[in-house]
Amino acid sequence: MVRMIDINAIDKPNWCPGCGDFGILLALKGAIVELNIEPENIAIISGIGCSGKVPHWLRTYGLHGIHGRPLPVAAATKLSNHELTVFAVGGDGDGYGIGMCHFIHAMRRNIDMTYIVHNNMIYGLTTGQTSPTSEKGMRTKSTPSGVIEVPVNPIALAVSTGATFVARSFAGDVKHLQKTIVDAVKHRGFSLIDVFQPCVSFNHVNTYDWYKQRIYDLQAAGHNTGDKMAAFVKSQEWGEKIPIGVFYEVLSPTYEDELPQIKEMPLVKQAIDNVDISKLMDDFV
Amino acid sequence: MEKNKLTWKIGGKAGEGIMATGLIFSQSCSRGGLHVYDINEYPSLIKGGHNTLQVRVEDREIFSQVKGVNVLIALNKETIFMHKDELTSGSGIIYDSAEVLDRKEFREDIRLYPVPLNNIIKEIGAETIMKNNVALGASIALIDYDFEIVAGVIKDTFKRKGDKIINDNTMVAKAGYDYLKKNFPNDFNYKLEKIGTGGRMLLTGNDAICMGAIKAGCKFYSAYPMTPASSILHFMAAQERRFNIVVKHTEDEISAINMAIGSGFAGVRAMCGTSGGGFCLMSEGYGLAGMIEVPVVIIMAMRPGPSTGMPTWSEQGDLKFVLNASQGDFPRPVLVPGDNEECFYMTQEAFNIAERYQTPVIVLTDKNLAESHKTTEKFDQRRITIDQGVYATASELAASDEKTFFKRYKVTENGISPRTLPGTKKGIYTATSDEHDEEGNISEEIEDRVKMMEKRMRKLDSFAKELKQPELVGPADAAVTIIAAGSTKGPIKEAMMMLEKEGIKTNYLQILFLNPFPSEKVASVMDSVRKTVVVENNFTGQLADIIREKTGKSVGRRILKYDGRPFYPEEIHREIMEVAHG
Repeated sequence: MVRMIDINAIDKPNWCPGCGDFGILLALKGAIVELNIEPENIAIISGIGCSGKVPHWLRTYGLHGIHGRPLPVAAATKLSNHELTVFAVGGDGDGYGIGMCHFIHAMRRNIDMTYIVHNNMIYGLTTGQTSPTSEKGMRTKSTPSGVIEVPVNPIALAVSTGATFVARSFAGDVKHLQKTIVDAVKHRGFSLIDVFQPCVSFNHVNTYDWYKQRIYDLQAAGHNTGDKMAAFVKSQEWGEKIPIGVFYEVLSPTYEDELPQIKEMPLVKQAIDNVDISKLMDDFV
Repeated sequence: MEKNKLTWKIGGKAGEGIMATGLIFSQSCSRGGLHVYDINEYPSLIKGGHNTLQVRVEDREIFSQVKGVNVLIALNKETIFMHKDELTSGSGIIYDSAEVLDRKEFREDIRLYPVPLNNIIKEIGAETIMKNNVALGASIALIDYDFEIVAGVIKDTFKRKGDKIINDNTMVAKAGYDYLKKNFPNDFNYKLEKIGTGGRMLLTGNDAICMGAIKAGCKFYSAYPMTPASSILHFMAAQERRFNIVVKHTEDEISAINMAIGSGFAGVRAMCGTSGGGFCLMSEGYGLAGMIEVPVVIIMAMRPGPSTGMPTWSEQGDLKFVLNASQGDFPRPVLVPGDNEECFYMTQEAFNIAERYQTPVIVLTDKNLAESHKTTEKFDQRRITIDQGVYATASELAASDEKTFFKRYKVTENGISPRTLPGTKKGIYTATSDEHDEEGNISEEIEDRVKMMEKRMRKLDSFAKELKQPELVGPADAAVTIIAAGSTKGPIKEAMMMLEKEGIKTNYLQILFLNPFPSEKVASVMDSVRKTVVVENNFTGQLADIIREKTGKSVGRRILKYDGRPFYPEEIHREIMEVAHG
């Protein structure tokens, strides 16, 4: 059995006191224990930002890469060793801003992995600029007169782009988040969990209280997760009432399922010292 | 009469099957035991525009194209007038007899061979596209080559398209062959004759790179299409199920390199490929691989810049770019193969270097090498060794503390730290793009920074020590010493042969590694020879600059070409004559 002590890192997180990231880390660790996955069989791939530091604060394999690019790294890690449980972790700037292109294509591919987005609707580590999910009109260091654009809607995007598990959770509700992560990992295919993550230092609008007053659980409300159109309708709810939980889930073949190259064993376990190209050379004679 | 020494050229609009027919001709010559070097010219569009493939054939090994065309197949009128001045005395043009030409517009020593290309197609009831092969057949008759060999190549070329396509193509080629034999005297100056059964491959540099990668155990290839690297993607994709390789056409080059890194991190031999524009996008990932010490091989096939430049043409203008791309210092071996054999053996070597030194390795080529076909002896698979570098031993893992991370970045004498892979118990660590300590924890402490920077860079020193030094090829008492890197090798070898015939001795120092640079060897050669020149396909003489930076010595003359076309041996010959007599 995997215990919490097995995945605790010695160093403690250096996020701001009260940061929503603590809740996400706790839920992630709780989910790993609940799922009983050996830490050496987990790879957590992160981008840049406060969220990027997640792999440093728990004892699993990790790759803290460059800004916006955790998804391609994670995808190839999974394709190279599909026996691993692979997480990609990033923020709203990382995934919905600089990495948006990879986000859309990762969903199309349906590789079996879980993408957790720490969505705080602000740029935290760069000290408070607008993010792709900042609400229109929000005043930040880079938009002193208010954001002109409308925010990205990651849930609607995911439902329409091919993600096979689309959920939203809240860093202030660790129990809900842990359950969502467990369900996402159990789901065979690409899972998105967009997590409301209060930034206590730079986002003074979307606070813990702000979320608590608005969020409600889709599952408690009897939402049908198999209904794509219903999921899309729910993704448009914003304002006084904001849904969290699983919006959409569908089973379809994963990218790995369609690769006969890795049917017998993962790429990384295949012998490479005996490749014979004699016939290949004959093809060119 | 000139036997087994000619240049054959076909031209027409893009989409008329110029490359396909040209390749059938090249392969037919190769199967007759002859040696082939072909070079294509085409604009960046799919239909229309002007395409050519020029095939040089001889009965000895040849290394590049030469000036002068002996047989010109013109599938349209434009081709005739664009290329008629390239024809040597006694050469001929094969064209559709429906084109009305004024004999006065041609030199008297040029022969015209009108063939009813379209009519023959109509009579047979074949597809219009096949008129290229009518002309091919006519050219085979003109040079009196063995039609059966051509028929065999046609059969193999179209075998996936079914019997009808094979039969129609063979029939139209034979009809073209018969027409020329029947209507023109058999007195053409240039002839080809089968001299053996071949057995050699007809390969491009990209083909050789792919074979090298597959033989090296590359299991993951990611790329975004970009000329002249695209055919690597096509080759690898075509072979992915045969050799169990995952090939991914990614959303962009940023994804391509980050995927290769993810695969390398997982322990798989991974490669990505692109040209200069794509490499701009890869630059940040290149540095990531250097920082987290993940092995990855990057094929960088150059084309003329800046920006979109000339997408389908050739240049060597990115030497300094690859040496300086991405922020900061990290060990970055850059290999520069000059021919197909080097593309094969150096690509597999690149995988060994990448794993042994845990760093990204660039294999730098250009369009000329990437896309030109050359008859090539089969590669010797026994020469290939797989060296996956240092992994943590069972006892090292057993000694590892279960509370902390594994010391993946342990400071060692040669800078190489034993690796662990995800899935390995007690080998757990996090690779980070931030500066870090031995366990991979983020650290901005002076001691860690200095220690890690020195550790990473020591790997390059370790590598430089075991690097094979380049050899000076040719007579020691040469009048002129040529220093060059990459695809200029072919025309340089041909130019050296021309010069030798005229009594001018030259020798040649080929740079195979831009980094680590063989500074001592280059300096000692430059000290011991009479006159030096560089031959480079770029504007500034980037290799000459690198030589000066690394050795403090200036090359005597920079022979440069930056019109998008590769060097012809005649051009190098002319410039070296000047240097020798100057």
